[in-house]
Amino acid sequence: MEELALHLLDLMENSLAAGACRLELKIREDIAANLMAIELVDDGRGMEEGEIKAALDPFFTTRTSRRVGLGLSLFRATARQCGGDLTLSSRPGAGTRVAVIMELNHVDRPPLGDMGATIAAALARELPLELYYRHERDGKVFEFSSTRLKEILGDIPFNLAPVLTWVRDFVNGGLQKLYGGEDRL
Amino acid sequence: MKSVEDLLKLKEEVQQSLALRDEGEKIRVVVGMGTCGIAAGAREVMSAVLDEVAKRRLTNVAVTQTGCIGLCAQEPLVDVLIPGKPRVTYGKVNAQKARQIVAQHVVNGIVIREWVVNK
Repeated sequence: MEELALHLLDLMENSLAAGACRLELKIREDIAANLMAIELVDDGRGMEEGEIKAALDPFFTTRTSRRVGLGLSLFRATARQCGGDLTLSSRPGAGTRVAVIMELNHVDRPPLGDMGATIAAALARELPLELYYRHERDGKVFEFSSTRLKEILGDIPFNLAPVLTWVRDFVNGGLQKLYGGEDRL
Repeated sequence: MKSVEDLLKLKEEVQQSLALRDEGEKIRVVVGMGTCGIAAGAREVMSAVLDEVAKRRLTNVAVTQTGCIGLCAQEPLVDVLIPGKPRVTYGKVNAQKARQIVAQHVVNGIVIREWVVNK
């Protein structure tokens, strides 16, 4: 995958397939420490130890366990290539946490990409989803909360095109400010 | 279109058009968003669908995503469900095809047969 945002969409799809209704995505870019840290926490059904191992191994992931595919192992390979790693922690009934670290300025690190489109795609569903996204870059913070969006929209569902295009533009606009308006996408 | 004021304006517009039409059941456009779909460009397809539906101010269309349905070789997949009509699944959709699917099928009800995979 060419963008971190696509890997993240893939992770969020795993969470949704595992029955999650609350997702928390935190990204931190620390320029001085040359670190990019990503954390995704869900409240899905969670995994047993054996399942965690299998989830990370591309050759042991079978069709019968549909909720994880090649995605996690792909993302881990990318993280390792960039001087970091991907770790999974989970317990049955206690959700799953995926943590990724990478060298921020590593030449192989994929660009962040279109996070707005990723968040909009995750919210485009029939069942309600609580999604919180926080992005910190050198002390500057952008936050998106679907709970706040729901408060404003009331009865209007998220999966209408005007709403989702607004979400996409709001997220990308907010992130652009973190990057000081420079061309990032 | 990205400030909170824009959102409030948008809310008002959507509410008005919902009240005006009382459309009943919505048309649904579903984009496959498994690993296979994402790698093949499903997110861009969804963005194109959203742009096209928003541009035409269609409030009777719900845009949703779904996981892998096992037709990975045909991804990106787009389903169009018009109430009272059979489900139509399009395969190997790109952004440009997605825009045409909205314009022809969703708006005018004309199925684009050559791209359909569940004939």
